[in-house]
Amino acid sequence: MGDIAIRLEDLSKQYYIGGKQEPYKTLRETLANSLVSPFRRAAELMRGQARRAVALNETIWALRDVCCEIKRGEVVGIIGRNGAGKSTLLKILSRITEPTRGYAEIRGRVGSLLEVGTGFHPELTGRENIYLNGAILGMKQAEIKRKFDEIVAFAEVERFIDTPLKHYSSGMYLRLAFAVAAHLDPEILMVDEVLAVGDARFQKKCLDKMQDVGQQGRTVLFVSHNMPAITRLCGRVILLDEGRLLKDGPAHQVVSAYLNSGFGTTAAREWPNPAKAPGGEVARLRAIRVRTEGSWITDVVDIRRPVDIEMEYEVLQSGYMLMPHFQSYNEEGVHVFSAHDLDPAWRQRPRSRGCWVSTVRIPGNLLSEGTMFIGAGLETVDPVIHQFYEPDAVAFQVVDSLDGDSARGDYAGHMGGVVRPLLQWNTRFSPSKGEAAAMLSEKVQL
Amino acid sequence: MSLRSDNVPALRIGPSNGWVSLKLHDLWEYRELLYFLAWRDIKVRYKQTVLGAAWAIIQPFFSMVVFSLFFGQLAKIPSDGVPYPIFSYTALVPWTFFANALNQASNSLVSDANLIRKVYFPRLVVPLAAVLSGIVDFVLAFLVLLGMMLYYGVSPTINLVWLPLFLVLALVTSLGVGLWLSAMNVEYRDFRYTVPFLTQLWLFATPIAYPSSLLPEPWRTLYGLNPMVGVVEGFRWALLGTATAPGPMTSVSVLIALALLVGGAFYFRRMEKTFADII
Repeated sequence: MGDIAIRLEDLSKQYYIGGKQEPYKTLRETLANSLVSPFRRAAELMRGQARRAVALNETIWALRDVCCEIKRGEVVGIIGRNGAGKSTLLKILSRITEPTRGYAEIRGRVGSLLEVGTGFHPELTGRENIYLNGAILGMKQAEIKRKFDEIVAFAEVERFIDTPLKHYSSGMYLRLAFAVAAHLDPEILMVDEVLAVGDARFQKKCLDKMQDVGQQGRTVLFVSHNMPAITRLCGRVILLDEGRLLKDGPAHQVVSAYLNSGFGTTAAREWPNPAKAPGGEVARLRAIRVRTEGSWITDVVDIRRPVDIEMEYEVLQSGYMLMPHFQSYNEEGVHVFSAHDLDPAWRQRPRSRGCWVSTVRIPGNLLSEGTMFIGAGLETVDPVIHQFYEPDAVAFQVVDSLDGDSARGDYAGHMGGVVRPLLQWNTRFSPSKGEAAAMLSEKVQL
Repeated sequence: MSLRSDNVPALRIGPSNGWVSLKLHDLWEYRELLYFLAWRDIKVRYKQTVLGAAWAIIQPFFSMVVFSLFFGQLAKIPSDGVPYPIFSYTALVPWTFFANALNQASNSLVSDANLIRKVYFPRLVVPLAAVLSGIVDFVLAFLVLLGMMLYYGVSPTINLVWLPLFLVLALVTSLGVGLWLSAMNVEYRDFRYTVPFLTQLWLFATPIAYPSSLLPEPWRTLYGLNPMVGVVEGFRWALLGTATAPGPMTSVSVLIALALLVGGAFYFRRMEKTFADII
């Protein structure tokens, strides 16, 4: 079939957690293993990673029996929770790692962007890095030379093109990185999460560029947590869950199925199995819930009412100062706010083992209408170490009724804005001259 | 509408087992990347150093000074009839290239781990670029050698035309050993500590401070099992006209070097598929 760009047949990938990769063993390896592994285990035990040391030979299927066909010119989104196998799938398709079983067939030149700026070197100038990065991504030198000015203009770094990269701001760095990547000219483009970079304006520019690529009849595979972007760019979406293909269909259908998975609501997620929960040796996430005042779990919130987001987590090691935090994104992927635990009772104090629930209250009349995605994380303070972060853990809708007592007032049309606070209004009136005279004459008459 | 006609051959991605082909064609396709990586290594190596590329000369030159002092002056080690400083320096130039190449190549995959995890390209490019980037240093050190030959009044013989072949032999040896070490270093980082130790031992197992003519036959032929013996004595013969013309010893060195390279390349290709997962 000529119009199939990518075909997956029972594609599976197994990983040995903490152990080795080979499905086969040779004498040399066995020998080496028996020599090295006691030391490795000892080292791990000393670092307090007893769990890992025991599970040396445990395996997981990062991808399991995935079958599908993607036609030439299709723009396909791949979604799923962390660890669902999205990145593994892209890695196999871009030939970075081999599948354990099954195979994939690809027709056409592949360009894959699992990261932007791969191979950038801080000591080299912007110009030198464009050539180096282009070569790494598989561009020919002549091709880079031809597109050079375009790349520099896209990145908006004309003035700094001969400055070493280490003097670039992080924004300039990312813009340059994406600019090179965006000028790859593949027939099949695979993108992993690269749009989660840069400021909002540049993100939009990148999304537009992606849209262009899709409209040129190229095949695009796009992994992202940015549901609005996925829905906008992709006609078809594939949902992966624990390595399996769970759903494959039109974008809006699959995205809403994904957001509603679990409890039939997007407002609560639980991790009943601690082994699979986000976290490590210090703490593990157990649940995230969205509640209204009456402590109902709900995924629809009145814009005027406060809403509580709670994080339930288990502390496995006493003595750490912990800082739970929430990150909130709207449906455009804009980071609306970030909230770090300020509870005076527990701030700067070590917490003991056991189950904890931290709740933050978002006041009413603050959020804007639409879907809010909440990411939940936990950090130990001093030094700051990420214990876990679960993006898009829960989501809820903020609805603004037309009762007239919200910030909307009596206006029924579309209202933009990232927040919608209920602000105080004041009105002062100064009459115009003609009317003032009229009023004056009225007064005289009285 | 379509960008390509329907007869594009499909690329099949599946599990591979055991020994796989070298895919030299693929390597050729990526020759520009090879060039850019080698160019990057050269460019970056001496940035933020005060002396810059002078390091390429300092290393062999001071070894030569120390060797001349202790082995030449004090121990009175014979030097095949040429002044001892030039005798040892002629050996130190290819040796320094080899030692640096081993060091660079064995760490190359690990220091480019980010590339390996995120982009596809024939992995052989990485250690290959690391070895090739040493050529610039070699050339600089070689210029000093020419200066020394002028100073000591040693005029090269017609043997000089063979010199490029001995440089190729040095390249083949470096790459052969470098491939083994780089692939093993991905899985067992122990090799990072082994390499300096290995090069130190290897230095004394190579006729740099002393001539191989100290050994009688058949031991001298057996000595060729160390391929750097062939390289070093070849350099001396080609440049200084010593009586170490290529013979059985050099042939043994050439065979061993080729075996190391071919074996290393296949071993590398075999281990390659797990690089991204374990690096």
